[in-house]
Amino acid sequence: MNDLARRWAAAGLLLALVLLPAVASRYVTYLVIHILLLALNAVGFNLLFGQTGLLSFGQAGFYAVGAYTCARILLAWPSLLPGVLGGTAAAAVAALLLGSLSVRHTRIYFAMLTLAFGMMIFSLAWKWRAVTGGDDGLVGIPRAPLELFGLVVALPTVERYYYVVLVAAVLAVALMHRVVHSPLGLALRAVRDSEVRAEHVGLNVRRLRLVAFTVAGAYAGLAGSLLPPLENTVTPPIAHWTASAEPVLATLLGGIRHFAGPLVGAFVLVVAKDVIVRFTVHWSLVLGAVVVALVLGFRGGLAGALEALTLRGSRVRPVSAAAGEEAR
Amino acid sequence: MEVFAYQGLIGLSSAMYLWLVSAGLTIIFGVLGVLNFAHGSLFMLGAYLGYTLYGLVGVPFGLAVLGSMAVVALVGAGVERGLLRPLYGLDPSYQLLLTFGLVLFLDDLAKLVWGGVFRIPPIPGWLQGSVTLFGRPYPFYNLFLIAVGLSVGVGLWWLFDRTWWGRAVRATASDREMAAALGIRTPTVFSSVFMLGSALAALGGALSTPVRPVAPGIGAAMIVQAFIITVIGGLGNLRGAFAGSLLVGVLSSYGTLWFPEFELFFIFAIMAAVLLVRPQGLFAR
Repeated sequence: MNDLARRWAAAGLLLALVLLPAVASRYVTYLVIHILLLALNAVGFNLLFGQTGLLSFGQAGFYAVGAYTCARILLAWPSLLPGVLGGTAAAAVAALLLGSLSVRHTRIYFAMLTLAFGMMIFSLAWKWRAVTGGDDGLVGIPRAPLELFGLVVALPTVERYYYVVLVAAVLAVALMHRVVHSPLGLALRAVRDSEVRAEHVGLNVRRLRLVAFTVAGAYAGLAGSLLPPLENTVTPPIAHWTASAEPVLATLLGGIRHFAGPLVGAFVLVVAKDVIVRFTVHWSLVLGAVVVALVLGFRGGLAGALEALTLRGSRVRPVSAAAGEEAR
Repeated sequence: MEVFAYQGLIGLSSAMYLWLVSAGLTIIFGVLGVLNFAHGSLFMLGAYLGYTLYGLVGVPFGLAVLGSMAVVALVGAGVERGLLRPLYGLDPSYQLLLTFGLVLFLDDLAKLVWGGVFRIPPIPGWLQGSVTLFGRPYPFYNLFLIAVGLSVGVGLWWLFDRTWWGRAVRATASDREMAAALGIRTPTVFSSVFMLGSALAALGGALSTPVRPVAPGIGAAMIVQAFIITVIGGLGNLRGAFAGSLLVGVLSSYGTLWFPEFELFFIFAIMAAVLLVRPQGLFAR
């Protein structure tokens, strides 16, 4: 895909998303909100995994920090913006603190450390009854009105709330696009490709990893804090390590080497789940088989497979390494 | 004081399941360099097979345990040859992801095949009864578990330290290329190590059936604990895994008694602290 075609595709997608509630059923709108939340989480995760080369199994922890903080704020002060911003900020702070410890390691040790931190957050959500409501979770969270510059917008319907989520998602994804294509993004990829080389050209490897970790945590927190106003409840399973797999799987499915990969993956994952559970309860069985197949045969994900297909049609076939490079 | 000692003994017997699982996880990591997320699911598979053979079909308990070990070892061989082998040259993240996919697959497969809720089969006659320790009845089955755990420990030591196969495995673990140059069939070594590790997980699973309910979630719970243990003991360190199992088993036994709210939190906090302060493990020489 060239640059112009990509812009048209993005514009078309955006138009479709804006028009969606007018043409689609309430259930579809609700489903798309979930796609957007997962996409936000996965886009943040891919800054960490695809760009910086760190596999985190603790993203659900930051998602939960966002969700629980937003829920507590909304229960005390029913106004959407403080809830969402507060949740995102709390997750970013948690990621900064835990990240400053986690980025001392890489690879398996990093993955284990993030798993441990995520599970510590899970056990707090599960057992710290006074703050989190324990295994009952928090209930009765209002879909508080959006108050901005003296303007009060009530959000009684899913369709209205959909636009709040859409605006947040578009802004956050556009920001991430800027980050990835900035000198910072370049530096992160340098760290991923060779830690030693990055250090020798004067990059502060540990600080760059921490930046990526904090941003990923903030994105997970933003996605998490948009959840309680939709569902009106938060419960501990959202913090469990098995939930951390969702952004990982979405990213892997879509393709880690492409900016749009996590977005595509989030879409396919949520839709596939919705379709498959109509036929069978054994959704995990299918998902597990898909993950195994992806890791063995299609490490580029759907975006990578699509690219290979379009490149086959054209005359010029760049070497595979360059193919990944060019698409970033 | 007597409560303290008795509760420690209870913890000691549940530490044996942890030891059997983390021993397998450790030798697979030590030799193949693969951190197997699906190892808990192999424990679960061992439990289901043991339950089916012993509780449903009525095979004698000992044979049921051996049978489930054999089947899970074959599953392990299939996983190693068919799925992991193509990934050895790549970033270890892909092995983690693959075995994670296997967790989803195997746990749901167990739900599909066995489904529903299960009753616990009775403890076999020759293992029933109890002995009085610290003024309380202590189940004979728990003593049996401790004996099995210790024998496995001694057996593994003998296997790795005293046999030709053990020497070949250690050679492969420290330098794969050199081992291959000396005529050791390293792919066979990899497969046999993975089979042994899988069989140990199945042993733990099958032995748990008469006292613990079998459910699809037990694999995910077990793997997280096994991760904690292997991290505390040092990844790839067998003695460390043994000591770590005892530590976690006994500590969580006290934890559930005295501070049930934050038991889980503290165990993960210990894991994180070890990773940060002593990533080579508490029991590294």
